[in-house]
Amino acid sequence: MRKFFVAAIAAVFLAGCASQETQPEAPIDDKGAATASAGGATTSGVGGSGVGGTTASGGAVGTGAGGSPLRDPANILSKRSVYFDYDSFVVKDEFRPLVEAHARYLVANRGTRMIVQGNTDERGSREYNIALGQKRADAVKRTMTLLGAQEAQIETVSFGKEKPKNPGHDESAWAENRRADIVYAGE
Amino acid sequence: MRSLLRTFLLLLFFTLLPALPARAQLTIEIVGGAGTTIPISIVPFESEATWPLGITGIVGADLARSGLFRLVDYAGVTPRPARPEEVRVADWRARGADAVVVGSMRALQDGRVEVRFALVDATKASVLASQVYTVAPAQFRATAHRIADVIYEKLTGAPGVFSTRIAYITKQGSRFSLQVADADGNDPQTIVSSNEPLLSPRWAPDGSRIAYVSLEQKKPVVYVQSLATGGRQAVANFRGSNSAPAWSPDGRTLAVTLTRDGGSQLYLMNADGGNVRRVTQSAAIDTEAYFMPDGQSLLFTSDRGGSPQIYRMSVGSGTVERVTFEGSYNVTPRPLPDGKGMVFVRREGGRFQVATMDFATRQVQVLTQGPLDESPSVAPNGKMVIYANEQGGRGVLAAVSTDGRVKQRLSSTATDVREPAWGPLARP
Repeated sequence: MRKFFVAAIAAVFLAGCASQETQPEAPIDDKGAATASAGGATTSGVGGSGVGGTTASGGAVGTGAGGSPLRDPANILSKRSVYFDYDSFVVKDEFRPLVEAHARYLVANRGTRMIVQGNTDERGSREYNIALGQKRADAVKRTMTLLGAQEAQIETVSFGKEKPKNPGHDESAWAENRRADIVYAGE
Repeated sequence: MRSLLRTFLLLLFFTLLPALPARAQLTIEIVGGAGTTIPISIVPFESEATWPLGITGIVGADLARSGLFRLVDYAGVTPRPARPEEVRVADWRARGADAVVVGSMRALQDGRVEVRFALVDATKASVLASQVYTVAPAQFRATAHRIADVIYEKLTGAPGVFSTRIAYITKQGSRFSLQVADADGNDPQTIVSSNEPLLSPRWAPDGSRIAYVSLEQKKPVVYVQSLATGGRQAVANFRGSNSAPAWSPDGRTLAVTLTRDGGSQLYLMNADGGNVRRVTQSAAIDTEAYFMPDGQSLLFTSDRGGSPQIYRMSVGSGTVERVTFEGSYNVTPRPLPDGKGMVFVRREGGRFQVATMDFATRQVQVLTQGPLDESPSVAPNGKMVIYANEQGGRGVLAAVSTDGRVKQRLSSTATDVREPAWGPLARP
C-alpha cells in the first residue's frame, strides 16, 4: 500500500583517506540498494495518504590500533581536547604541549590522518557558530602544520554548538564546550 | 468503518514506528494581540454537522490565531444565514460584526462534498468573496485553510498563510527529527531522523524539497530531500564543513558555506550539487547566505569588519556593501518578501533578539525580548516571523508579527523544538 524506499549511503567517514576532497555523494534514493549510513538516519517523504519510509543504520566504523600510544592514558597523545576562551581562536599555552605532541606523531607517521572537530558554546547563531568552531579547529591544525604535519593529514570540521559536551547553561558548561577535539582516522 | 480505521491506524503505527516518539504536535496560542482587530462572525455552514470534522471551526481558529480578527458570536441569529442574500445587516450591526462568513455543504453521489462559502460585508450586505469547492472529507482541513486564506486576503490585503507548512527540528532524547507540519501545527510528519544533530532546514521555493544540514557523517553535510519520495542527495559533502544552505528564488541554485579552500566562504552550486563556484574571497568568516527575493543579491553574515555583521553582495558583480553598523553582533539575515527590509538577530546587552531593519531608512525595530532568540523565518506574506527561543533550558518556538504587535507561542510535547522554517505559499 505504500512504497518503502530503501536508501543507500556510501559509508565514507574516514573510510579511505581524508586527504582528498570528498565529492558530493551519489543520491541515496536508489531504490533497491541498501547500504549503511554512518549516523543511522531515517528518511521519509510526506504524502497525502501515507508516509514512505527508508532506514539506513549501523555504519561500519574501523577499529583503533591496540596498544597504540594514542590510547595509553599515561601518554599525552591520549589527551585530545583543546579548550578556548570566549570569542577566541588562540591555542592557549597550556594546550601547546598537547598539540605539539600530536603534531610530532603526525610527522613520525605520515600515513596517519586525523580530524579536528571544532565546537562552540550555545550562545549565538547556529550557522555562525559552525564557522566559529571551524576557526578553532583550523587554529589547532595551523599549529600542527607549522610543526611539520602535512596539510593533507588533517581535516578540520565543525559541530558549532550542536554537540555540547556539557548540556548546562552556565559559564562552566560553556567553557567545556568551547573546544576542539582530535580524532584519528579509524577511531 | 471502524475496522478499516483500525487497519489504517495499525499500518500507520508500523510505518511510523521509528519516527513515532518525535511526532509531537505543536499547539499555537496567542500571547499578545494587535491593537485593532476585525470583528467577524463565522456562521456554521448549512448541513456542516453531517460530518464529524467540520470546516468553520478551523476557519475561525485560523483567523483568531492570526491576532488580526475577533470572532463575533452568531448565537441568536435565526434563521442562520447560509447564503449571502440571507444576511440581514441589522442582525450583525447589533453584534458589532463587520464581516460575516456563511456557507453550505452538500454530499455528492461520489462521496465528495460540495462546499460553498461567501464572505459578506455585514454593514452593506455586499458579497466580498465567494467560492465553491468540491472535495473529499479528508480535505476538509485543507479547504478550511483555503477559505481562511481568502478571507484574510480580502480583509487585510495580504495573502493568507493558513495553507502553508512549516518545518522544524525536534530533539527527543538523543534523537533528532526534521518535521513538516501544517502552519497550525497539525499533521506533523517526520521526513528525516538521526542520532546526530540536524539543522538549517530550508524550503525550496516550490515547496517540493527541503535542504538541510546533517551531522550524521560526523561533519556538517548539506542534503536536499524530496518531500514526495523521501529520497535525498548529499549536495555538499566536501572536505571540511558544509553548512548554511539557501535556495535561489528560481529553485535552481543553492548558496552554501564551505571550508574546502580554507576558512568559511560562500559558494553557489546547482541544486543537484554540480557547478560549484566560490563567490566570496575573504580571510574572514562569510556564512548564513540568503537570497534577496529578486535573486540578484545575497545577504550574509561576515566578521570581516572585526565583529559579525550583515552584508549584501551582488551575485553578478560580487560587489559587497555593509548593511548593519549598530552593535557588535548582527547575524542571520532573512529578507522580507518585498525586498525592502530584513529580519535578523542582534545581540544587545548579552540578549539575542529578533529585529527588523528597513533598508532605505536603516531603521531597526526590535521584535522580541530574548534572551536566546534565534533562527527567524519570515512567513511568505511577510506578516509573521517564526523563531526559536529557550524556556527553562528547553528549545521552544514562538512567532511575532513583523510589526511587533501579535505574539504567538508554539508549544510542543517534544523535549526540544528549534530551527523553524516557514514554507512557501505555493504547494506542490
